[in-house]
Amino acid sequence: MEELLEILESLHPDVDYENCTTLIDDKILDSFDIIAIISEIDNTFDVAIPAEEIIPENFNSAKALYELIQKIAEE
Amino acid sequence: MKRFLKILLVVVLTFAALNLLQRLLVPKYQTGIIEGSMIEEYYNEAENHDVVMIGDCELYENISPVTLYEEYGITSYIRGSAQQLVWQSYYLLEDTLRYETPKVVVFNVLSLKYDKPQSEAYNRMTLDGMEWSSAKVDAIKASMTEDEKFVEYLFPILRYHSRWSELTSDDFKYLFEKDLVTHNGYYMRADAKPCMGFPDPMPLADYTLGENAMKYLEKMTKLCKEKGIELILIKAPIEYPHWYDEWDVQMEEYAKENGLKYINFIPLQEEIGLDMTKDTYDAGLHLNVWGAEKFSIYFGKWLKENTELPDRRRDEKYSSVWEEKTKRYEKEKKQQTDELEKYGKLVSFGANAVKG
Amino acid sequence: MLFTSYEFIAFIAAVFLLYYAFPLKYRWTLLLVASLGFYAIADPRYLIFVGVTVVSAYFTCIKMDAMNLEQTSYLKEHKEEMSTADKKKYKETMKKKKRVFLLIGLLVNLGILSVTKYTNFVIESINSVLSDASRLSTVELIIPMGISFYTFQTVSYVIDVYRGTERAEKNIFKLSLFVTFFPQMVQGPISRFGQLSKTLYNPEPLNSKMISMGIGRIAWGYFKKVVIADRLITAVTELVSKPESYTGTYVFIAMLFYAFELYCDFTGGIDITIGIANTMGIKVAENFNLPYFSKNIKEYWNRWHITMGTWFTDYIFYPISVCSPMLKLSKWSRAHLGSFIGKRVTVYLSSLAVWFTTGLWHGAAWNFIVWGLMNFVVIMISQELEPLYTKFHKKCPWYKKAPYTVFQIIRTILLMSAIRMFDCYRNVPLTFKMIGTMFTEFNLGAFTDGSLLGLGISGADYIILLAGLFVVLGVSLIKVRVGSVRAFIYERSEMLYYTAVAVLTIVTFVFGAYGVGYDSSQFIYNQF
Repeated sequence: MEELLEILESLHPDVDYENCTTLIDDKILDSFDIIAIISEIDNTFDVAIPAEEIIPENFNSAKALYELIQKIAEE
Repeated sequence: MKRFLKILLVVVLTFAALNLLQRLLVPKYQTGIIEGSMIEEYYNEAENHDVVMIGDCELYENISPVTLYEEYGITSYIRGSAQQLVWQSYYLLEDTLRYETPKVVVFNVLSLKYDKPQSEAYNRMTLDGMEWSSAKVDAIKASMTEDEKFVEYLFPILRYHSRWSELTSDDFKYLFEKDLVTHNGYYMRADAKPCMGFPDPMPLADYTLGENAMKYLEKMTKLCKEKGIELILIKAPIEYPHWYDEWDVQMEEYAKENGLKYINFIPLQEEIGLDMTKDTYDAGLHLNVWGAEKFSIYFGKWLKENTELPDRRRDEKYSSVWEEKTKRYEKEKKQQTDELEKYGKLVSFGANAVKG
Repeated sequence: MLFTSYEFIAFIAAVFLLYYAFPLKYRWTLLLVASLGFYAIADPRYLIFVGVTVVSAYFTCIKMDAMNLEQTSYLKEHKEEMSTADKKKYKETMKKKKRVFLLIGLLVNLGILSVTKYTNFVIESINSVLSDASRLSTVELIIPMGISFYTFQTVSYVIDVYRGTERAEKNIFKLSLFVTFFPQMVQGPISRFGQLSKTLYNPEPLNSKMISMGIGRIAWGYFKKVVIADRLITAVTELVSKPESYTGTYVFIAMLFYAFELYCDFTGGIDITIGIANTMGIKVAENFNLPYFSKNIKEYWNRWHITMGTWFTDYIFYPISVCSPMLKLSKWSRAHLGSFIGKRVTVYLSSLAVWFTTGLWHGAAWNFIVWGLMNFVVIMISQELEPLYTKFHKKCPWYKKAPYTVFQIIRTILLMSAIRMFDCYRNVPLTFKMIGTMFTEFNLGAFTDGSLLGLGISGADYIILLAGLFVVLGVSLIKVRVGSVRAFIYERSEMLYYTAVAVLTIVTFVFGAYGVGYDSSQFIYNQF
């Protein structure tokens, strides 16, 4: 989780990722950010997020995103 | 329920507003180009007519019903319009028969040279004035050029809406009531412009009158027979547009076959007494009032001799109506001659008229 | 059938009346008949193309859906005995099997689109480098109405079923309606199955608010299209068809006119589409969100032609960005070229692919490809400049104030309008040349010497245009504050709402640029 927050903060340092649950709905993250995040996650966790998982529910909060990473890693 | 009434109210008001705007936007044809008013004026007529003439400008500019009445007691009306095509003439006859059955119908044959729809503007001037009936529907269908749409006849606002930027005082003045512009369909002109001769007629590839045009002449013949009306075909004493001998022969034959009278007045100019240096207002294309009166006297005499038309001058029912008509006719004739004396040309009449 | 033809209005009136006469449950069947009829009236041969699309999508999706179910139940059954590696392997084999059907579905549909729309473009492009003698002749192909819209809809449906995010539609007639739903076939939008199917087959029951809202939206759409767009198009056509006489400031005028024309035509068309759907109790995705109030080009593309933008993001941008070769390339670049390039390579390549295809989708011509690439360039430049902007914003807190916002909005409009000139001129070099003259030739006299009146629109027309655009601007400003302007009025006074719709209708009838004397402009988004 720590590492994930680091990745996120490197993109938009001023966002409160721990509490924000509307990262996509409020357009805080755009498609370029999402690609950057996925690429960083792949680098850091060696987890490849497939295109069909790029839906608002999975990216709206750091928590949801972390759960997604765990889910994919487990499979 | 309250909501329904509200919506109904708004819908009704919307249609009322569109109707009013349509009245406003439709051309009034009261000044200048007045030919568009001719067809609708007929519906104001109170009394029946013994003779109804249908056709193009060769009728409505060359024959004066008032003269026919004054000289012979013949009551007549000209259902004429600019470049009236034969299918329009036929449906105007159908339309007329909804109101009266005349004894004689006169048709001028020049329009038989056109076999297909010609021009939107002329279509409009003939058709917009007709009252709605199956005759009008059929007339529109027969007349439409390729780009025209029936719905634009049904709701003329669709055709004329862009006139909003060129509305004149006439459009407001004649919103609900229009003035009469003709004398029983006759378009009066008192000015004169001598005929200087016409170009030689071009030879045609085919002199056969069109199939479609002849079809409507046949329908007209049949309808008149059914109703016991005598149909008379005439060619007005005007040399241009050229009336080819080949066409004349076809008309002679058609008349013979159908037991109709056909008379071509072109060779009779001299006998009628027409002086084409004085009796025409546009260099020989149409007669002026002096020419029209001469021709009417001649044609009326011919009608009297060749058909059985009653003299209505003694008939109280007609004479009072026609007295009024004659008065209006003479008044306008005087107005026109006065203007000609004063200005040397017509000011408030004719295509270039300016009216306050 | 154009939205602005009498035939369409008669068609839609007939459909409305029949639609409400049908029981709620079967209303969709009438829509299917109407949609197929809409195609048959345009050209019965179109139905063959649509038929192939529907059948291919139907069967491939049924297959993939069955495999999705099989996979879920198999994994559930053998939960205990399978190791993670086994599971992964099983999933991989299933995915491979599914992929066959995905490929069939995509090849058939994108194949039809490519052949009908792009064959001649390819031939002509090849010809331009060949000698005269060896030139190929172009072929005559029919391009089915709305093919770009319905193909994209179908492709999104096929991919969604493949991904398992959407179940397959078991009723082929229902699927046919999704593909052919006629109000969308003229100018879009590109709907998603998940969104549209909810109300398409189970519409909201008829009620007066729904009909009032829908008809109001239709009236608003016609007003924008007929009164403003179709009036402006005359001048735009005149200006861009004679590039040799209209240079410099005239290019600027053409650019502005086209910006307003396209906005009113496109949003108007979408309003008519959504209004028709709403009147029938069906919800269609919004396609615009006041795009001319965008502060930068990225925001603009989130607010203009939204359904197309999200389509390209979901089905081109993301899949390319996260596919394993791309991830490998990204990793490799980081290791060998440094993190600066490594971080950018994915976004750049995927965006390039998106904008190239977006350009191509708009039309089979180099103009559109260059237009797409120009968008790509501008977006990337602004992306790279973002850190600079952030710094600037921190130093100058007034950047949030109204004057600066207005400046940003105007800047975005001008930039997008300039790029859009590729829509207008004959070819790419000419467009560059004409945009160039805008900066080199200042003939401001164009505004005052009366030549504006020689573009096919009169002084009276300009008054209507100004008044019309003023109304559109006013409504947009209110919309920023209250959301739906129609709902805002309706909730306060129904009578006022009805009256407003009535006035709008009357104004459109009288001041619309339609009928004889006006060329009914072809819908700019037709046959895409």
